[in-house]
Amino acid sequence: MAKKAIGPVRRTFTPWEDSTATPFIEFQNVTKRFGDFTAVDNLSLKIYEREFFALLGGSGCGKTTMMRMLAGFETPTEGSILIDGQDMHGVPPYKRPANMMFQSYALFPHMSVEANIAFGLKQDRMSKADIAARVTEMLRLTKLEAFGKRKPHQLSGGQRQRVALARALAKKPKVLLLDEPLGALDRKLREETQFELMNIQEELKTTFLIVTHDQEEAMTVADRIAVMDAGKIMQCATPSEIYETPNSKFVADFIGDINLIEARVVSKSEDGTIMDAPRIGCRIDSSQTTTVSVGDTVWYAMRPEKVRIELGETETPEINQVGAEVWDIAYLGDVSIFHSRVGEAEETSLRSTIANVTRLVERPLTWEDRVTLSWGRDAGVILSK
Amino acid sequence: MSQTQTKPRRSLGAKALIAAPYLWLLVFFLAPFLIVLKISLSEVAVAMPPYVPTFDLASGWSAFVEKLSDLSFENYIWLTEDDLYWKSYISSVVIAGISTFITLLVGYPIAYGMARSPKAWRPTLLMLIILPFWTSFLIRVYAWIGILKNEGLLNQLLLWVGVIDQPLVILNTNTAVYIGIVYSYLPFLVLPLYASLEKLDDSLLEAAEDLGCPSWKAFWKITFPLSIPGMIAGCFLVFIPAVGEFVIPDLLGGSNTLMIGKTLWVEFFSNRDWPVSSAVAVLLLLLLVIPIVLFQNYQQKMQEKQA
Ligand SMILES: Nc1ncnc2c1ncn2[C@@H]1O[C@H](COP(=O)(O)OP(=O)(O)O)[C@@H](O)[C@H]1O
Ligand SMILES: [Mg+2]
Repeated sequence: MAKKAIGPVRRTFTPWEDSTATPFIEFQNVTKRFGDFTAVDNLSLKIYEREFFALLGGSGCGKTTMMRMLAGFETPTEGSILIDGQDMHGVPPYKRPANMMFQSYALFPHMSVEANIAFGLKQDRMSKADIAARVTEMLRLTKLEAFGKRKPHQLSGGQRQRVALARALAKKPKVLLLDEPLGALDRKLREETQFELMNIQEELKTTFLIVTHDQEEAMTVADRIAVMDAGKIMQCATPSEIYETPNSKFVADFIGDINLIEARVVSKSEDGTIMDAPRIGCRIDSSQTTTVSVGDTVWYAMRPEKVRIELGETETPEINQVGAEVWDIAYLGDVSIFHSRVGEAEETSLRSTIANVTRLVERPLTWEDRVTLSWGRDAGVILSK
Repeated sequence: MSQTQTKPRRSLGAKALIAAPYLWLLVFFLAPFLIVLKISLSEVAVAMPPYVPTFDLASGWSAFVEKLSDLSFENYIWLTEDDLYWKSYISSVVIAGISTFITLLVGYPIAYGMARSPKAWRPTLLMLIILPFWTSFLIRVYAWIGILKNEGLLNQLLLWVGVIDQPLVILNTNTAVYIGIVYSYLPFLVLPLYASLEKLDDSLLEAAEDLGCPSWKAFWKITFPLSIPGMIAGCFLVFIPAVGEFVIPDLLGGSNTLMIGKTLWVEFFSNRDWPVSSAVAVLLLLLLVIPIVLFQNYQQKMQEKQA
């Protein structure tokens, strides 16, 4: 999974670490119920100016609902939403400083591309010349110069997506809301568009809030990600923090591929934690200090690329090291994932990756090879149950 | 359609299937039309049937050709000479046009309300719109006499409420005809309009609102233009039959309500002049062919656009 640079390595931009910074968007204990179903559950969130923020979660976890409350199409049942310090309660959608790019694009079918983009500007009673200039600028930004006169039904999916983006950006909103903006595009176009989105955000310095269920997409574009589940935020952090130090089994499992090992804390000190993992038959030594008490069961979560795999089995299991047998290999092009069965009786397996640095003529390892799996003291994270 | 394509071979069954609607048209439209056309070119006579010449299939081909020369356009010339006819035509078009417009004004809010109502109600509302078709059209128009006449329900109600102190004369005026047409043809307008309003994506209105457009304005910018196809279809469906309407002007209209359907009826039954009334009918058809062709063209264009 860790195929790309994790998160945009763009700038040193970390307003969320500054406790004096004022958030630009703030959800304060927001709850949204539909009947007796709670779609968003007592959720608080701060998003800062110029941030590219991603809401990531499975289908039905309440992402669109969050977006719609921010845009003004739904009213929170409890709590309040602030944009730029102003409480949005009772402010209708057409007066909010946010523009939304709809999941379905919602382009006006009876208007040309230009008219679609100009629509919001006309509502502001801008002069004709200014509107024309702005429309031209947006067409350039989204590389749609050649399609201004076309109707939406004469465009491809990717072009429609860009029209929707141009239309939402035309009014220079303080916040751009993107609801699964790339969901309908094929993979290659989606990846290209992700980088375009990042460039556009760099250029315009607008706050972007993107909703997605695609973790790779969130990792690629966002400064920070909030992982959601059942109307709650499970973790809100930078892509690398979420990837390297997930705070729960849910987040660890949701983002990328991970080995989750059940273990019992044997001893703990300033220097780290020692755990016993009977299922894989070895001891785990971690440099992480933990608040869990000795004797408690925890999950030790470790990314496959952190696990070394070597031919030949160790005689005796040692700390952070087990013998195993390769029983499945998945060739992914750039890396191969090895599923190795640890121990005899159980179906416990650990996954590890090897980068395919040479063209694969002969595999260094093959099925049923006896191997040794090992890892460092800071390979994984301890997650309390 | 492109002519250069080679025609696909069709099985006999498929050919029969394609032929069926044409056969239907031939038997139930073209044949009667030709008969009416023939009568319109004949001369009135005190006979049974009341015109000459009459063709007798038994007397053979040569007799048929011989009698063809007896036909003439005299009746059509007559129609241009008496201004009753062209006045009736124009009056029919005007009355149908005004009625269609009123139907649109009444029908649009109904269709809009239905399309915006909760999903669970819609089948019921649709049923209510279609419900009047379950009783005879004639009886429903007749019932309006009871409502509109001087001592009718409407006047009684208005007098009782105190809005008026003299009964309004509505029955036997053009107003009554408008009411009758609007009432009778309302479903034909509401149904296609509802269909086009119902499939309108709500997110379009949200997008408009999101871009700074209050919802009443979003209606005019988005909903209204996108409902034009449904509106046009509905208006044609009201206008076309309303032009030739006979029952409504006869029952509700006054002696000075001129409509071509009524003129035709008088010509046919009172004057027993089959040839002239046939000529009137043929001209009425030609008159209606124009809006019908327009309508067909429009529908085709819409379908191509959607494809
Ligand atoms: N208008 C509504 N009425 C009832 N339930 C709704 C409504 N909108 C959303 N929900 C429910 O709220 C939950 C969250 O929806 P949504 O925010 O659209 O999820 P997603 O994260 O997939 O965007 C879903 O279970 C959905 O069924
Ligand atoms: Mg959604």
